[in-house]
Amino acid sequence: MINSLIQGILLGGYYALIASGLSFMFSVMRIINLAHGSLAVLAGYLLFVLAQRFGISPFYGLLIVLPVMAAIGFLLQRFVLDRSLRAGPLVPILATFGLAIVVDNLLFQQFGADTRSLAPYIGTLSYDSFELPGGIYVGALAVYIFVTAVVVLGGLQLLLSFTAIGRAIRATAEDPETAGLVGIDSRLVNAVAAAIALVTVGLAGAALGMRATFDAYAGGTQLLFAFEAAVIGGAGSVWGTLIGGIVLALAQSFGAQISPLGFLIAGHAVFLIVLFARIFLPRLILMRRRA
Amino acid sequence: MNAGLDFRVERWTLASRSAVAGVVAIALALIAGPFVLGPGAMDRLTILFVYVILAAMWNALAGYAGLVSVGQQVFLGLGAYFTIRLADWGLNPFVSMVAAAAIVGIIAVPLSFPMLRLKNGEFAIGMWVLAELAHLLVNLDQLVKGETGTSLISLNAFDAPLRRATIYWLALAAMVALLGALFVLLRSRVGAAIQAIRDNEEAAASVGVRVLTTKRMIFVFAAFGAAMAGALWLATALTFQPKAYFSVNWTAYMIFMVLVGGIGTFEGAILGAVLFFLIETWFGAAGVWYLIGLGATALLFALVLPKGIWGAIESRTGLRLLPVGYRLDIRSLLTKKNGTT
Repeated sequence: MINSLIQGILLGGYYALIASGLSFMFSVMRIINLAHGSLAVLAGYLLFVLAQRFGISPFYGLLIVLPVMAAIGFLLQRFVLDRSLRAGPLVPILATFGLAIVVDNLLFQQFGADTRSLAPYIGTLSYDSFELPGGIYVGALAVYIFVTAVVVLGGLQLLLSFTAIGRAIRATAEDPETAGLVGIDSRLVNAVAAAIALVTVGLAGAALGMRATFDAYAGGTQLLFAFEAAVIGGAGSVWGTLIGGIVLALAQSFGAQISPLGFLIAGHAVFLIVLFARIFLPRLILMRRRA
Repeated sequence: MNAGLDFRVERWTLASRSAVAGVVAIALALIAGPFVLGPGAMDRLTILFVYVILAAMWNALAGYAGLVSVGQQVFLGLGAYFTIRLADWGLNPFVSMVAAAAIVGIIAVPLSFPMLRLKNGEFAIGMWVLAELAHLLVNLDQLVKGETGTSLISLNAFDAPLRRATIYWLALAAMVALLGALFVLLRSRVGAAIQAIRDNEEAAASVGVRVLTTKRMIFVFAAFGAAMAGALWLATALTFQPKAYFSVNWTAYMIFMVLVGGIGTFEGAILGAVLFFLIETWFGAAGVWYLIGLGATALLFALVLPKGIWGAIESRTGLRLLPVGYRLDIRSLLTKKNGTT
């Protein structure tokens, strides 16, 4: 029981990691990038190719892939998001969905239906574990991913609060025109924010590849996990995202014990329950106060 | 002198009157389909009717109510599933199809409460979550046999030509009824309210539009329509594999049809469905590259021509064939002004 609780919390770290970029982008640009999961899977494949073809360990591979992801983020904002947002708030949804379809199917065209994993390329890390008091073992990789998630979420928070670019990002998010009056180039700032978001997507892709397997169409599921974690935690809040990821993962590991399909069902169900609760709990509380 | 009377608000024009007459004529001619068409052509036309329904329903939701969903396959899949379920309980398969769509419409009512609280992208992905959940839950039914799926066996009781013709007429009737209902709905008070909400929700609410009720109406209507499309698809395909019906590719098709045809225009969705049908006929065999092409085209239209082909035609020429709005004709006012100055 305690064991599965701990495993669940650690898995929540992965969800928080993949959700961090999604909720960062949402809080800054008010855009939900539907290609978010597909781009994480793309990063996974890039690391896979580097490891398989050139023998580069995924950890060194990140030194190449993260800048590539940042560049993709910059270009994505410049050529897709910025342009489509000017045509209305709904158009980025359509554009990024189209992009996701293109990325998924290009990956399928290139890599076929086989599932891939980075696990063979990270040495003993894929099965190393720490022993906790009470004879409980936790996977070292899961712990590292959790720590990465905390560092990324904390880093984003610090970046927004204390750096010049963070202030520029917040100002642009608040009111791009007024930010422009005091000399902030909102297009550049948003492109930098998108680049930062895509760096976290690269990290999430690495975590996905190391802890599990993925295939060309895995992006959709990853997007849903990221979205659920972000919504459960309260979209836009940094530490809420971590809690959201943990709640999602705990629900999934609880569901998995009931039925083989329970893992996914419980995850989606907890998301809907949170949505329902958001609507009806405030009303209930209000009614009780009046009574 | 009478400058105040030199403009008029018009809905019907000569072009739109003839277009509606043309549409009615085409629909009537299509009734004769089974008597003149071969089985292959009839099946293809049935599929076209399903695409038109899907495009029109997705357009009603996205183009008019401003609700972009990437999870409408939830209703399509459930429409097919309930058809199988009811038919297995012994209900006539054709009756099952309509009953299944009605059940899905009823299910959509409680679902609309949490979903309509979500905004823009959140609503879009939230619907996708629903589709995934419904897919998993349908797999729990023993009848479906997991991803292996099952088939609508009871349709085999009817001999092939009669079955094919009945499905064709049912699809045609469903398409005409749904398009007709949407046309009337959009031209009514509700239609004005819907478009006011899409353009500015707060402003619409401030002039007394009941935002949530109006959105719910369209949400349920679109769910019913998509479920009908799913039931019809099942009737032509006969087999029910959950993966195929709850696939997000359906959303890719719907977005493609509506975006290319012209989002938020009644004619655009129909045009998009016809174009998609032709593209699928010619390039569908290309598999993965076909999907890449669809995604890339949708992306390109979103960036370059977000109003689609019909939207571009409409804004250049002012042509409206199936008018659901009003417009101000001030041509005489303008010419008079130009004449005097």
